Amino acid sequence: MNRSALTVERALWWGPGLLFVLVLAVAPLLFSDFYLSQVITKALWLGIAAASLIFLAAYVGMVSLGQVALYGIAGFTMANLAAADGGSPIAWSPWAATLAGIVAAVGAGLFIGAIASRSYGIYFLMITLAVGVLTFYFFAQVTQLSGFGGVNNVTRPGIVSNPVRDPQNLFYIALIASAAVYLFVRYLARTPFGLALQGVRDDPSRMRALGYNVPLLRMLAFGLGALIASFAGILSVWWNTRISPGSIDLARTIDVLVIAVIGGLYRLEGAWVGAFAFAALDNWTRGLDIIGQRFNTVVGVIFLAIVLVSPGGLMGIWQSITDFLARRLSGRPPAQPSADPAGEARPASDTPQPS
Amino acid sequence: MSGQTATAAGLGRRVRLTGLPPGTLALRVAVTLVIAFVAVWVAYKAYGDPRTFVIVGLNGLTLAGLYFVVASGFTLIFGLMRVVNMAHGSLYMLAGFFALELQTTLTGGEATSAFGSSEAGLGDWLIPLVVACLAVGVIGLVMQQLFLRWNQGQELRQALITIAIGIIIADQTLAHFGGIAESLAPPDAFPDSVDLPFSNLTYPFFRIFVLLVAIAVGLSLWAMIQRTRFGMIVRAGVDDRQMVSALGINIQLVFASAFFLGAVLAGLGGVLGGTMISVDKANDTQYLLISLIVVIIGGMGSLAGAAIGALALGLVDSFGDVYLPAGYTNYSILLIFGLLVLVLAIRPQGLLGRPG
Repeated sequence: MNRSALTVERALWWGPGLLFVLVLAVAPLLFSDFYLSQVITKALWLGIAAASLIFLAAYVGMVSLGQVALYGIAGFTMANLAAADGGSPIAWSPWAATLAGIVAAVGAGLFIGAIASRSYGIYFLMITLAVGVLTFYFFAQVTQLSGFGGVNNVTRPGIVSNPVRDPQNLFYIALIASAAVYLFVRYLARTPFGLALQGVRDDPSRMRALGYNVPLLRMLAFGLGALIASFAGILSVWWNTRISPGSIDLARTIDVLVIAVIGGLYRLEGAWVGAFAFAALDNWTRGLDIIGQRFNTVVGVIFLAIVLVSPGGLMGIWQSITDFLARRLSGRPPAQPSADPAGEARPASDTPQPS
Repeated sequence: MSGQTATAAGLGRRVRLTGLPPGTLALRVAVTLVIAFVAVWVAYKAYGDPRTFVIVGLNGLTLAGLYFVVASGFTLIFGLMRVVNMAHGSLYMLAGFFALELQTTLTGGEATSAFGSSEAGLGDWLIPLVVACLAVGVIGLVMQQLFLRWNQGQELRQALITIAIGIIIADQTLAHFGGIAESLAPPDAFPDSVDLPFSNLTYPFFRIFVLLVAIAVGLSLWAMIQRTRFGMIVRAGVDDRQMVSALGINIQLVFASAFFLGAVLAGLGGVLGGTMISVDKANDTQYLLISLIVVIIGGMGSLAGAAIGALALGLVDSFGDVYLPAGYTNYSILLIFGLLVLVLAIRPQGLLGRPG
């Protein structure tokens, strides 16, 4: 790619990205408290959940449907240890409970990773989905941990304040957490460990031949994915002030998958792009009488359309636009069509990264 | 072997070139101990109360029959086309509600309430069964032809497509049929219960009937795959799709038939399960999970594996609810998780699955 095309391409990736971050930074001034809390903050923590899925899919080649279960483990652990109605009668400090939730989720992630990491592709997806649904049934049945109908009024750290009356604090916490997750994953991708993970994604047998312990690498990656998912779980408990088995059922798992696919399964930014699209859609369809309670059908149709038309999601569409514009503006002949990423269960390695 | 070991040892590191990978022995001992402990525990409980053991055992077997019918369709589709049909649970649920609606219409709403004292004639049960199975089969066929056929070989994309269709089917089913848990009435031609030999126990006849249907389904599928020309093409297609079509066989027709059959089996499961247990708005998640676990345990694409997986899951499910120490029975889901972990630790590809 010649120099001017590269400049145009970079401008087209960084421009909207910076604008997005700037608007978010001053969002409490621009949007109503309701919109800030119900759409933007929700989108931020949903985006973190989707980011844990996209991290695994894009950098390690593991499409996991167990992320919601892991965030549920973090959420339930936190909610039970902090004072709450319906949970275990323990009252840890909310911060200690939060830390315990994160540790529990990472531990569970490493264990699930250990048993699932020897399976690849669609098998891995099936195993993580089965584990995810089993986790939902576990919390649905064990009422000692989930109360009857959920653990309510969870005590939150003082800094979170009241997420309904005073939504700015939680919004900024979610924003900082999102930024931290994004920067951490982008940094990790350049470390030797991150490069090894990408090697495992591209060719596990060659990595094994080079002496890497492939199952161990995949297990550790799954543990990292669990760490990211646990942030989303903790934030969701702070945001909802409660957690119930319904918060981690199959529909929620599919929601997070839909977010990742709408955004783009192979680009980390897609997590939050998809989450904003999803949260806005959710908020908008609630007001429509025609659709009524059939939000799932709308989600299903949009999901189906995205998978059929643009497997790269919104980020894939944006990628095509930037490719087109970069070529146009630099007067270069059209490049060869890029491979279809979603179909191959691994991204095309020649996809330009915005760097 | 000895020469190779010597060479490796000469490099300062002893490498075992044959035999079990390191750690396997410890794993096998652990697995054997777990299985032995479970066997002793069940034997102890059975000795204490043999009547409960027989009834719970039969519950497990009949449940396994239902699970096998559902999962055989799932594994058939995967074995041939490498499509993980995530809409399988939704098809199950749709068939259940559809058959219930038909039966209510046929009997004028009289027969659906009470289980055991049936008012439904044989036709009031058989017609909904056949119509629901065919309807679900056609939906599966349409799904395959419209969405999956031109995405062949793209496993993840196909799985995502079936997830999307599964959401839509489940949501529309609940929108049209309400989602209230009810059971279909079994035909009144069936006896309510049967006497078990060598005891004074009785057992619901319909559950035995489900087990018999499952055995019949298993045997017919086996005979179809092993003994007919269609089955021969299916087996060849599993091994090498391109070669089969290069030989001039219309593999697309075989794919379409297999998908239709797989969806019909989900529908059959839905009607049997709807009569034996109930139709419920949580059926889609439940039976997708069951299909997944059965084929993960048994091995993807293997019919015998599905039978073993269904048996293991049905028995663990049934005994776990009763034989866990009092106060811990709601932890029974952990046993299923344990079963999954156990199998994956020894054989990541499932008990009868082919590696790779």
